[in-house]
Amino acid sequence: MSFANQPLLIAGRAFSSRLILGTGKFSSPEAMRSALAASGTGMVTVALRRADLTGKKDPFANILEFIDPQKYLLLPNTSGAMNAEEAVRLARLAVAAGLPKWVKLEIHPDPRYLLPDPIETFKAAEILVKEGFIVLPYINADPVLAKRLQEVGCATVMPLGSPIGSNRGLQTRDQIRIIIEQATVPVIVDAGIGAPSHAAEAMELGADAVLVNTAIAVAQDPDRMGIAFKLAVEAGRSAFESGLGAQSETASATSPLTAFLD
Amino acid sequence: MSFVSDFNSLPLDVLVKKSMATGSSAARAALEKTKVSLADFAALISPAAGELLEVMSRKAHTMTQQRFGKTIRLFAPLYLSNECVNNCSYCGFSRDNPILRVTLSLDEVQREANELNAQGFRNLLLVAGEHPKFVSNHYLRDCVARLHAEWPSISLEVGPMETEEYRPIVAAGADGLVVYQETYDRAVYDQMHTAGPKKNFDWRLETPERAYTAGFRRLGIGALYGLADWRFEALSLAAHADYLLRHCWKAQLTISLPRLRPCAGEFEPLTLLRDRDLAQLICAFRLMFPDVGIVLSTREMPKLRDGLIPLGVTMMSAGARTEPGGYTGAGREKIHHTERGIIKEIAAGSSEWVPQDKRPTNATGQFDIGDERTPQEIATLIRRLGYEPVWKDWDTALTA
Repeated sequence: MSFANQPLLIAGRAFSSRLILGTGKFSSPEAMRSALAASGTGMVTVALRRADLTGKKDPFANILEFIDPQKYLLLPNTSGAMNAEEAVRLARLAVAAGLPKWVKLEIHPDPRYLLPDPIETFKAAEILVKEGFIVLPYINADPVLAKRLQEVGCATVMPLGSPIGSNRGLQTRDQIRIIIEQATVPVIVDAGIGAPSHAAEAMELGADAVLVNTAIAVAQDPDRMGIAFKLAVEAGRSAFESGLGAQSETASATSPLTAFLD
Repeated sequence: MSFVSDFNSLPLDVLVKKSMATGSSAARAALEKTKVSLADFAALISPAAGELLEVMSRKAHTMTQQRFGKTIRLFAPLYLSNECVNNCSYCGFSRDNPILRVTLSLDEVQREANELNAQGFRNLLLVAGEHPKFVSNHYLRDCVARLHAEWPSISLEVGPMETEEYRPIVAAGADGLVVYQETYDRAVYDQMHTAGPKKNFDWRLETPERAYTAGFRRLGIGALYGLADWRFEALSLAAHADYLLRHCWKAQLTISLPRLRPCAGEFEPLTLLRDRDLAQLICAFRLMFPDVGIVLSTREMPKLRDGLIPLGVTMMSAGARTEPGGYTGAGREKIHHTERGIIKEIAAGSSEWVPQDKRPTNATGQFDIGDERTPQEIATLIRRLGYEPVWKDWDTALTA
C-alpha cells in the first residue's frame, strides 16, 4: 500500500516536503548541511545578516556555500531588521546579490522574545509585494493581520506557535485554527515547534507546513532529529488529509437521546 | 527618569547579607526557578549555591544553547587612542601615568581595521580613552564613517557623551555602545576616580539610556571586578540589566565580567573574584537573563577561557591588543607623552623608541592580555568544543 501527501504549493512552486528548516544555531555549517539533507526539506531559510551580500565571497561569512540551490529553495530572511525600512533594504540587497526574489519577512524589534512587529511587517509586505517579491511574513498568530497580509498579496502567512527558540509548541493553537480556517494562502507555523509531536499537531490542525530550526540545530544528533521531524510532519499531514475524527470533551452516549425518533 | 533613582532605592547591602546567609535548600530552590528575581539571583551567587556549581553549570549551558545555539560570536577591539583626561587608579591610561600615548589618524585606523578584517573579524569594537580634544565625537563619527562599508557591526567603548553627541556616530553606522560602570559602589567609585569627568557616577550610570535614545541597538554593561565586593557588583549589574531590558526594550544587551589585569601604575586589586566565583557569576547571570549576551575577553587566561565557553558565554574577543597601533604598528612614529593636554615630544634616540617585546608599536596598552592565542587558534578551539565561530552576524544594510 502506498500513499503520497499532496505537495505544498507556494506561489506556483511545488514542494514535496512540508518541513522548512532554519539554518541558525548549528555547531558547524557541515552539521547544518547534513541535517538539511536528513530532514528531506525542500526549502531553507537563511538570515541575511549571516551571509555575505557584497559579492566578495567572504570566507568568513560563507554559510550560503553550504546550501545547494539545486536541492533547496533558499529563502532569505530579514532577521535583525527592526523596522520596515531596514527589512526592505535587506531584501533588495539579497536580490542584488543573486539570491531568489523570495523573502521571509521578519521584523522583530524586541531582541528577547523576537516577537514580530505587526505594523512594520505590514508596511514592508506592501512595499515588497509591489516590487515583485514573493513575501512570506512571520507574524504573531493574529487572524486579522493574517487576512490583511493576504489582501496585500503575501504568498503565505507564518504565524508563530510560541516565541522563537522557546520549544513551547502551539501556545497559540486557537488563533492558528482561525487563521487556517480563513486562509486563502498556505499557512506555515513558524517558531516554537520544539518536538516532532508539536509539528504533527500543527499539521493535524491543517497547517500547510511548519518551520523548524532550534529543535533540530540544538539536538545532540541533528540528523536524527531532522528525520524525526520529517516523519512527524508526514504523519500529521496524512492524518489531516485522511480526515481526523472530531474530538469531544465528553463521551458519546451509546443510547442517543433521539433514538425514539428512529 | 533613569536607572539612578531605582538604583538609589535598591537594598543592595541587605541583598549581599542575604546572599552570604543563604542556606543550601534556599540555593537549591533558586536554582529550580524558571523566572529568577533579584532575590533569587542573590541566592544563586551565594556561597551555598557555589557548592551546586556543577548543577548550575549544566542548566546555564542548556539555556544558552537553547537561546543562542551552538555558536560563539567573535569580535576584536581596536584601540584608537590612549589619551585620557581621567585619573582612574586601576587604569593604565590614567592621565597622570607617564605612558607613551598616541591617537591614530583615520588612515591609521583604517590600516589597523584592515589587518583585523584579514584575520576574519567582521564585528569591531572601537576603544579609546576619554579625551574631548583628541577623541571628540566628530573624530569618532569620522572613524565609523570610514569603516562602515567594510564592517557590518561597529561598537564603541569610549568616554560617555550626551545623547545629541551620539546621534551623528549612530548615523555614520555604529550599532553598539559599551560602557562599564567600573564599580557600582559609590564610595569606592569616588576613591578610584580622583580627577576628570568620570568622577560623576550618575552621569556614567545613565549612559546606556542616553545611547539607546540616540539609536544604538546593542548596549554593553559591566563592572570591573577587583574594586568592590563582587556580590555587591553583581547584584547591581543584575538590577541594571533588568532595568535596561524593561526600558530599552529594542536593544540587544550584553554583559561583561572583566577582572582587573596588571597595567601601568601597578594598581593592586582591592578585592578578589576567584575563577570559581567567575564561573558561578556567569551561570547566575545566564539563569536570570536567558537572552542576554555574555562577553568573555582576552583578559582571562587560556585554560580558564576554554572552560568558561560552554557555561554561558556568547561573545569572545581573540588576538586582542590594547594599545593603539597594536596590530600593525600604525602611528608608532607619533608616540609621545601628554602633560596637561599638551603633547611632549620624545627626543630622537631616546630609549622610548627602542622596539620592545617584538611589539609593532611602543604605545602603552591599557592592560596586559591573558590569552594571546591568535584568532584562528581561538576559532579552532571553539570548533573543537562543538560550536561554530561566527564572524559575521550583522549587515551594513541594518546600520546604514
